[in-house]
Amino acid sequence: MTAAVPNAAASSDVMIELRGVNKWYDKFHVLKDINLQVAKGERIVVCGPSGSGKSTMIRCINRLEEHQKGQIIVDGTELTSDLRQVETIRKEVGMVFQHFNLFPHLTVLENLALAPMWVRKTPRKEAEALGMQYLERVKIPDQAKKYPGQLSGGQQQRVAIARSLCMNPRIMLFDEPTSALDPEMIKEVLDVMIELAESGMTMMCVTHEMGFAKTVADKVIFMDRGQIVESNPPEEFFTNPQNERTKLFLSQILNH
Amino acid sequence: MSHNFVPLPDQPPPTASVGAIGWLRRNLFSSIGNTLLTLLSIYVLAVSLPPVINWAFIDADWVGVSRDACTSGGACWVFVSARFETFMYGFFPAEETWRINLIYGSLFLCMAPLFFDKFPYKVQLGAFVIFVFPIFGFILMFGGVFGLTPVETSQWGGMTLTLLLASVGCVAALPLGILLALGRQATNMPAVKSMCVLFIEFWRGVPLITVLFMSSVMLPLFLPEGVSFDKLLRALIGITLFQSAYMAEVVRGGLQAIPKGQYEAADALGLSYWKKMGLIVLPQAMKIVIPGIVNTFIALFKDTTLVIIVGLLEILGMVQNALNDPNWLGYSTEGYVFTAFMFWIFCFSMSRYSQALERKLHTGHKR
Repeated sequence: MTAAVPNAAASSDVMIELRGVNKWYDKFHVLKDINLQVAKGERIVVCGPSGSGKSTMIRCINRLEEHQKGQIIVDGTELTSDLRQVETIRKEVGMVFQHFNLFPHLTVLENLALAPMWVRKTPRKEAEALGMQYLERVKIPDQAKKYPGQLSGGQQQRVAIARSLCMNPRIMLFDEPTSALDPEMIKEVLDVMIELAESGMTMMCVTHEMGFAKTVADKVIFMDRGQIVESNPPEEFFTNPQNERTKLFLSQILNH
Repeated sequence: MSHNFVPLPDQPPPTASVGAIGWLRRNLFSSIGNTLLTLLSIYVLAVSLPPVINWAFIDADWVGVSRDACTSGGACWVFVSARFETFMYGFFPAEETWRINLIYGSLFLCMAPLFFDKFPYKVQLGAFVIFVFPIFGFILMFGGVFGLTPVETSQWGGMTLTLLLASVGCVAALPLGILLALGRQATNMPAVKSMCVLFIEFWRGVPLITVLFMSSVMLPLFLPEGVSFDKLLRALIGITLFQSAYMAEVVRGGLQAIPKGQYEAADALGLSYWKKMGLIVLPQAMKIVIPGIVNTFIALFKDTTLVIIVGLLEILGMVQNALNDPNWLGYSTEGYVFTAFMFWIFCFSMSRYSQALERKLHTGHKR
């Protein structure tokens, strides 16, 4: 039921490629033969019930989790146990977490400037200017001198997005970025993500925000029990789901 | 139809719950049981405190040079003042004690700016105090160059020796402890991990007094003839290794308190292991374990008294030595009270400093 791989992804512009990826936690088989291609500038939304392996899959892409079988190729570099390659890929891949994971002992601006300074060796002045530029892009430049603990959840998540952008990544991964937020704050984060999508960033986003999926996704992937069950453009995914499992899932999350 | 939401105005708290009366009520007389305990405490203080104050201050003798000055029946502080030099400097030659005072003075001058938030060169000065100052201090203490009379380590003693043992112990044990803690956490390097576990468990398993005794008595047996380490150096190494094991476990506690998300965020940004630890994990972990670290420092400070077993006379050793002086027999209470007071001043200062540091580093975040 997996849709045919679109032509765009087959070209040389493939940013992320997963070939027969398998992963086990002890004996528990979390990812089963995952095949996936993400083209440059493509926006993928991954959804599925909890425990379906969607977070694990996205975390494999910058090797926060190790896969045990198959190949993951990111921007032309294969992920292996070679630490240098892992670090090279992590520089190119930004990640936004469910719980923000800002560094609480640093101010917002220090959070933003840290990686450019220490990984890219940008001078402090430049790194801070870069940080301010991205804070303006996420519309909270006035919070620069505060500590993360003094910000609302929505503001913290926007800082987290800006922090990833400061590394000038070619790919952005989002792992349930709005799941830990109060309903009032979800929109401000989604707005930032939509703007980012419109700027042409290659994005993979695990989320249950179906509105977001309808607006920006080029492709929606539905996962269950470690497998990709369905992968289709949003119009088709929402109006004409192919698989029974997808239909059940959609009826549960759209009609509550 | 629309309503504007208008919050109620703030009101002051009830008067009986604030002010001195409120405080007394809440803290001392909040129930029958608490009232009885308060009264009992007042009684115990009233019975025990006046004799102590009488002995220590009112009936005490303060001035004089020998025991003949002590006639009033209270504490004979003359013993302490007459022997003060040896308590502070040990057997350091009297005409050379200016060198120790110079160390204290210059150390104070170097450290003072570190306590001011606005001082711009903190890191540089801190590095100077930790790496360069010890060389300067060692030259002054040891002598033998620049026309300074050499002073053997066997002549070092008193409070000077206590502070030397404690500060070298703290400064050396902390980084070693951090490395050991990181090593013990390194699950992907089993060899490093098991070596660290072995080291920590060995040193935590033996009493310090055994370590000192072994370093002094056993070590020379294993060394070839003619090779000998300085006794003080051996004690310092023993204390450092011993305390680093404790420090490692304190730091490990802090490392475990850092959420996995912090490691992952650092990884995702492409930080290498040492940058992740140095910039993200350790600053947070160390802040959590400040109380534990200071606790270890205080324990170390007091454990320095054990070097008496290998014949090094720090302040307690010097006091006990003075008590054996036939001229001053029978003044052990004064000697021990004085020693305890000196220790208390330093330990209490450390404790207050750590509390101030915790407050300063608190950035209003909670987990």
